Amino acid sequence: MSHITRPVSHPANPLDLIREKALWMRRRAFRMVYEAQLGHPGGDFSAIDAIATLYFGVLRFDPQQPDWPERDRFIMSKGHATGALYTALCAAGYYPEDWLETYMQPLSRLNGHPNRNYLPGVETNTGPLGHGLPVGLGIAVAGQISGASYRTYVLTGDGELQEGSNWEAAAVAGHRKLANLTLIVDRNRLQQGARTEDTVTMDPLDERFRAFGWEVAVIDGHDHAALLKALGSPVAQRQKPLCVIANTVKGKGVSFMENVAAWHHGVPNAEQFEIAMKELV
Amino acid sequence: MAHAAPKAEGLHDCREAWASTLETLAAADPRIVAVVNDSVGSSKLGGFQKKFPDRLVNVGIAEQTMVGVGAGLANGGRIPFVSAASCFLTGRALEQIKADVAYSNFNVKLVGQSSGIAYGELGPTHHSIEDFAWLRVLRNLTLIVPADPWETAEAVKWAAAHDGPVYIRVSRMPVPDLAVPHRVFRPGKAELVREGHDVTLIACGTTVHLAVSAAEALAGEGIAARVLNMATLNPLDEEAVLEAAAATGALVTVEEASVRGGLGGAVAEYTALHLPVPVEMVGFPGFVPTGSVEWLFDHFGLTATGIAAAARRALARKH
Repeated sequence: MSHITRPVSHPANPLDLIREKALWMRRRAFRMVYEAQLGHPGGDFSAIDAIATLYFGVLRFDPQQPDWPERDRFIMSKGHATGALYTALCAAGYYPEDWLETYMQPLSRLNGHPNRNYLPGVETNTGPLGHGLPVGLGIAVAGQISGASYRTYVLTGDGELQEGSNWEAAAVAGHRKLANLTLIVDRNRLQQGARTEDTVTMDPLDERFRAFGWEVAVIDGHDHAALLKALGSPVAQRQKPLCVIANTVKGKGVSFMENVAAWHHGVPNAEQFEIAMKELV
Repeated sequence: MAHAAPKAEGLHDCREAWASTLETLAAADPRIVAVVNDSVGSSKLGGFQKKFPDRLVNVGIAEQTMVGVGAGLANGGRIPFVSAASCFLTGRALEQIKADVAYSNFNVKLVGQSSGIAYGELGPTHHSIEDFAWLRVLRNLTLIVPADPWETAEAVKWAAAHDGPVYIRVSRMPVPDLAVPHRVFRPGKAELVREGHDVTLIACGTTVHLAVSAAEALAGEGIAARVLNMATLNPLDEEAVLEAAAATGALVTVEEASVRGGLGGAVAEYTALHLPVPVEMVGFPGFVPTGSVEWLFDHFGLTATGIAAAARRALARKH
């Protein structure tokens, strides 16, 4: 019933709100990982600024009606970064904070990878890499066919782009000139076990996407103003899908985690947790 | 529908029924879209493309994206029929079928064309005899294997109206209309094609009419074979299997698929737990050698003669 739905309203200048929410998400996600002794905090922290910018400055959605047909879609393709996604959906009003306390506990709605059937606000179940962009492409094509005005955002890791399915989808999106589709690449340059460029060369990533028919913006993925400008840019102003390459730091915000591959799925001990809480202010 | 009246004569390519039914449904429901991997011709969707060019999404030769796009279209409120050669649809995109369609529980209809060994001499890369085993374990994915044009049309109509993931396995092999009076398509329910009390032949898809021929041959020997058309593999009609095991005491499964993990596997799993009776399986043992469709069917006993022989083996094991 779209006529009774009111999307959340973002302030005219949402930068303070985004900053506040991103800080809360980092602190809450780290607590979640610490308490569960499970998670992927490094990739949470590289992606949190982009996701906070989306939910508190860009997306049209109504947490009271997660299935509102006109909602903008966000797909967390790097589904392992649940710390970022689950805190964002909580902060956006989809569910109360006490749900976060159940993270990865038996029968929790907060599985190690997101499940749309249990958790409101999740658009599609991710976990295996290279699935989000094809699904996001389908959502964008549905909008193209039906004339709906919603926008679709997909966030992938950079190592994730080694999955060939992304390039199938990138080719189709470029071919169909899907301006309603935006891909955010969390370019933290570290995959699970090594640097991306030591594993399989990804650069020049911007040229690769341009060659596939995309408009490309390369930005600092922790700069909320730059994120807001890129992610909020009007669809009508372009004739192509948009790829935002967000240059990020894995573990951003915690000194001992930054740029350390082991924090891909490392979990903190009590001492590390306390240090992080002191730094994340 | 054009295929509402089963006939006892003439052979049909079920893809015609699939395509004409989809066109009829799409004319009435703008949410219906088709997704293909350069498979317009092999899916017989040329007519659909002409009538609804904007609703035919061709992603090119990219099966992973094809299935992912299907899930996305469902998220966007469309009813996608993802149609491609079943070997590539199910093999190449298996993880997308698992994660994006089944686990995500999106309203996606997967249609595997030219299934089984329909591509004959092209060999096992192009055969789809593993799809039953791969897909049957996805509990919320309804798996339908129509036996003739009428059942194909009914399955497509049902899938369009059903809210949930479905896989329909369509054959290009010529099959006759099943001569069953007063047919009603009931997903999840076996269709009693012929009554009998000595042995039950449980078949699906292209092999149902062969099981009927086998039953006719067995009748000449005084053996009364029941024939069940098990058009839905998942969920299996466990009640019908149990009843057949109890009433006839011996079962033969027949499928244009691997004998491992498919219809035979489903029947054997269930009877082993609930009412063990002799089960013989007719199908393919694994990758098959080069040969025409006719030769392969004959060589591996997917014939009236071969099925009747399997029935005799099952009977011999019965106490």
